[in-house]
This record gives sequence, structure tokens and C-alpha cells, in this order.
Amino acid sequence: MSTEPGLYHILIISSLVFFLGIYGFLTRRNMITMLMSAELMLNSANINFVAFNKYLHPENADGIFFSIFIITIAAAEAAVAIAIIIHLYRQIKSIDVNDANNLK
Amino acid sequence: MIGSTAFLAVTSTKIFRAAIYLLFSLIGIAGLYFYMDQEFIAAVQIIVYVGGIIVLLIFSIFLTQDSGSDMLKPQLWRSIASGGAVIFGFLFTWLCINEFALDSIKPAGNLGTTRELGQKLLSTEAGGYILPFEMIGLLLLAAMIGCIVIAVKIKNDSQMNKEATL
Repeated sequence: MSTEPGLYHILIISSLVFFLGIYGFLTRRNMITMLMSAELMLNSANINFVAFNKYLHPENADGIFFSIFIITIAAAEAAVAIAIIIHLYRQIKSIDVNDANNLK
Repeated sequence: MIGSTAFLAVTSTKIFRAAIYLLFSLIGIAGLYFYMDQEFIAAVQIIVYVGGIIVLLIFSIFLTQDSGSDMLKPQLWRSIASGGAVIFGFLFTWLCINEFALDSIKPAGNLGTTRELGQKLLSTEAGGYILPFEMIGLLLLAAMIGCIVIAVKIKNDSQMNKEATL
């Protein structure tokens, strides 16, 4: 194992972040914190895209563009999800997922 | 730093603190991009996540609940089961990563400056990204209109409810 951090360490960090996101998504019962966990998972995917692009295929910057598009879609998704959460909160006065058991 | 703050972000019982821990985790990830010499993506990360999404999350926390109060603790069996699944998954991934001789790989060069990235993003030739770029613009417009529609609908509904109760 080399002392200088390389691709190996970056992959370890990104998988750690991904599984922490999964843990949060499974244990939390609060919609905003579940959204935060989803953001963590998307971020770990971004780290992997950029790392593989830098270390394995530096001749074209496709991973960078994928990361940019993921970040953009994550921002749009967070905005829509928060609008829905606030709407739901005004309807049922709670953001717990177990209370949101009606479709209407 | 990234791992510990991400861990705190998913385990903290106060929702506001969880948001702040998530903020530090995202800043750490931006630092990782700086380490990989990707200044542009690091700047995008800081602007969009730290400046946009975290602020949005904190706004929604203040709008929806009392930020000082504790959240419900997850049930014990649920945290044990998901913790076990997550640890198993992480170890499995670690083993998969160990299968490859990743340590010998050195960064083979730089990916290009922000100027080159921008030219490739808007290029119409093969390998250009003009079509996804435009589609993303359309998606953002649709998301914005959707948010406005939902917000306006809420207002009408709550006003109607108020009038009905009055």
C-alpha cells in the first residue's frame, strides 16, 4: 500500500460515504434527513466518476461532465422534493414517512 | 473528516445539526476534488451543494419543524439490521476494490482546464455535450415550474381550508 493517497483511498472514501448514505436512508424516518442521505449517495457516485476519469482515462473528460449533470439533476430533485415535503407538511402537519400513508 | 461528518450527519438526533454535519461532509468532498486537481468541479460542488442545497434544506427544516427538538430515535432492530447490511456491503466493496492493483495506477495527466471543459460542453461535434446541456436546461425549467405550481396550489388549498373552517 502506498503512502501517498491514490485511487484506492478515494474509492474507499466514496464507498464509505455511499454506505453511510444507505444507512441513513434505511434508519431515518424523517423525509428531510432521508433526502440528505440521498444527497450523500449521489456525492459518492460523483467522487467515483471524477476519480476514474482522472486516474484511468484522462484523455477525455467524460466523467467530469457526468458529475456536472448529476449535480444539476440532484439540485432539481432536491428542490422538487422539498416543495413536495412542505406541501405534505401543510396537509398532515408531519414529515414522518409513516404518517404519509395517503395518496390524496 | 468526510467519513466522520457523514456518519454524524446520518446519526445525529437533532435535525439542524445533521444538516450542518452534511455541510462539512460536502465541503470535504469538494476538498477531495481539489486534491484531484479538478478546480471546476470543486467550485461547482461548493456553489451548488454548499450554497444551494444546504440552504434549501435548512430553510425547509425551519419551515417544517422545531429545530431544537430531538427527532425520534430509530428502532433498535432497524438500526441493527441496516447497520449489519451496510457493514457487510462496505466490506464486500472493500474486498472487490482489493482485487485490483489500484495502487500502481498513477494519475496519467491533467483533464484539461476549465476553458477546454467549457468548449467541450458546448461543442456540436462528436464527443460534444451540447444535447445533454440543453436537456438539462429544459429539466431545470420543468423543475422550477413544477415547484411554483406546487407552491401556488398549497396556498389556494390552505386558504380554502381556512375559509371553510371560518
